[in-house]
Amino acid sequence: MSTHTFKPDLQPPVMSVGVLGWLRANLFSNWFNTLLTLLAIYLIWIVVPPILRWVILDADWSGSTRADCTSGGACWVFIKVRFAQFMYGFYPAELRWRVDLTVLLAIVGAAPLFIRAMPGKLRYGLLFLLAYPLLAYWLLHGGFFGLAEVQTSQWGGLMLTLVIAVVGIGGAMPLGVLLALGRRSDMPAIRVICVTFIEFWRGVPLITVLFMSSVMLPLFLPEHVTIDKLLRALLAVMLFEAAYIAEVVRGGLQAIPKGQYEAAAAMGLGYWRSMGLVILPQALKLVIPGIVNTFIALFKDTSLVIIIGLFDLFNSIHQATVDPAWLGFATEGYVFAAAVFWIFCFGMSRYSMRLERRLHTGHKR
Amino acid sequence: MKFTKSTLAVTAAFAAIGLSTQAQAGATLDAVVNKGFVQCGVSDGLPGFSYTDASGQYRGIDVDVCRAVAAAVFGDANKVRFSPLTAKERFTALQSGEVDILSRNTTWTSSRDAGMGLNFAGVNYYDGQGFLVSKRLGVKSARELDGAAVCTQSGTTTELNLSDYFRANGMKYTPVNFDKSDETVKALEAGRCDVLTSDQSQLYAQRIKLAKPDDYMVLPEVISKEPLGPVVRQGDDEWFNIVRWTLFAMINAEELGVTSKNVEQEAKDSKKPDVRRLLGADGEYGKDLKLPKDWAVQIVKQVGNYGEAFERNVGMESELKIARGQNALWNKGGLQYAPPVR
Repeated sequence: MSTHTFKPDLQPPVMSVGVLGWLRANLFSNWFNTLLTLLAIYLIWIVVPPILRWVILDADWSGSTRADCTSGGACWVFIKVRFAQFMYGFYPAELRWRVDLTVLLAIVGAAPLFIRAMPGKLRYGLLFLLAYPLLAYWLLHGGFFGLAEVQTSQWGGLMLTLVIAVVGIGGAMPLGVLLALGRRSDMPAIRVICVTFIEFWRGVPLITVLFMSSVMLPLFLPEHVTIDKLLRALLAVMLFEAAYIAEVVRGGLQAIPKGQYEAAAAMGLGYWRSMGLVILPQALKLVIPGIVNTFIALFKDTSLVIIIGLFDLFNSIHQATVDPAWLGFATEGYVFAAAVFWIFCFGMSRYSMRLERRLHTGHKR
Repeated sequence: MKFTKSTLAVTAAFAAIGLSTQAQAGATLDAVVNKGFVQCGVSDGLPGFSYTDASGQYRGIDVDVCRAVAAAVFGDANKVRFSPLTAKERFTALQSGEVDILSRNTTWTSSRDAGMGLNFAGVNYYDGQGFLVSKRLGVKSARELDGAAVCTQSGTTTELNLSDYFRANGMKYTPVNFDKSDETVKALEAGRCDVLTSDQSQLYAQRIKLAKPDDYMVLPEVISKEPLGPVVRQGDDEWFNIVRWTLFAMINAEELGVTSKNVEQEAKDSKKPDVRRLLGADGEYGKDLKLPKDWAVQIVKQVGNYGEAFERNVGMESELKIARGQNALWNKGGLQYAPPVR
């Protein structure tokens, strides 16, 4: 009995497996792709090394004056010297712990909301949403209960950007949901009011709203009555974004089949309960991408407050570039601003993706 | 006007809660004394005139005017709060009472003085449009710029002044317009234009932004008049006098050789009648202005005389290194002249 031995398998051709095979299949599969690949490599070659050299290799990191920036690359010393101002604006240095504490409280306070199976989560969430703004106002602004007052004109930097964004988002979300419901209401008066509001605020650019609030509004008020500039900006941002959120949410409401409304009614639920327990949870889940899109846009739009002289992150950086001691380092400042904005916007976008995955209940295609 | 009404209603509601209103009544000086500080409108960022240093302090020659007013009124130059204002909102802020003084490199013109309900209290900087050129060009005067490519910032009066100047002198030029001052600097550096034009005070700041500032120079010609000064609301002469004479006190102090270092000594020991009157040793000149007797002493001690403020913020002690030029005292070939205290 002779056993038949199979010949060992031949190795696959070198050119079709491994790195080489991948390269061939994806980058050099025909003459056009080859051309594009070569072009892309050339572009990377001419763009990336100078950027790397400027940002890292030739950059100056240590020192404290412009005289320390000699190597020709980016002068990160400028950012380092001004860092506290980019974060806190003109907030008095000895009181900055209050800002830190406010941020810390937000993180610690919101943490339980991210635990999935926490009992009494809804109640805790509502309590947090009611108590935190008051606490934050007390900590940041002060002026009562033993904390020294810090005028809003001293607020600035990333802190101000976050205040505008958080208040804008926090105020626009509930207002937007109410407006969306109102626009679909059966009551004509409410519907007309909501439609007018939404169409008005969507019809004007944010920059003109801010501008009106700071240039026109004071002319209508009696002399010597001034309303805080930041408060005006906050209201403008909030009302403006609420109109956008309302339309996004309305899209979600329209996507819910009529059967859901009827089923909720058949259960004996009234308007608010059927909306709150049946319709909105489904509708809001559907429009998470749209809502986050609006929030990211809002976050970036906060830099528009530069035109009314508020020192948000962007304006703080701009302000630092006109200090005669640091003239000519605008590029470093703007790159830093872009990096900070990117971190926050990317974070929001990743969080929304996670939220979508967690909440998906079989509608995913 | 739905917007303004609804916004008014909403903001008025907030204001009623008392979140952040500052109601004031009566004349500006009373209001200022009551609230305990001077509210001063400054630029939202202009090298040498108004900017914040690394520690967050406002600095600049415009800022010093406000600090001097605070020193005169309160004897404390730090009793001042600053409102950074953009060019567009500056006059509204003053008219509506949001600020007590506007010290924001504002050019004194007839339409602003007479047509807008404002009063210019004086001139703290004589500016004018000038030219920045590369030394390579070998040009010594603006008259030699025939046929040059000129970088300007679009939408400003500099464009108008430029075309007027070249037409008046029968010369040709090619305008190269940009939106931002940083872009004009880059264009000059890249050789896209031969000359950069802007207000002279700005040219010195832009020169610093160049990679090799020493290869460039500011030409001596000034082709427009831009007298910059502090502004107050029309109709409150008392406050107007205070701001005007604060500025005059700084200029007089320089003329009389009173500096922040010797002012206390001079106030006690000086034999010169002019100095004694200015510093309150003789007469009651502060009373006429409704100011304390030592108003000028406090100004010079805490802020300095005009020359000190100039050198510290824009002159040789600063990065800008602007020569005194038109801003020298009248007896040294400049235009700065203050009426006497007597």
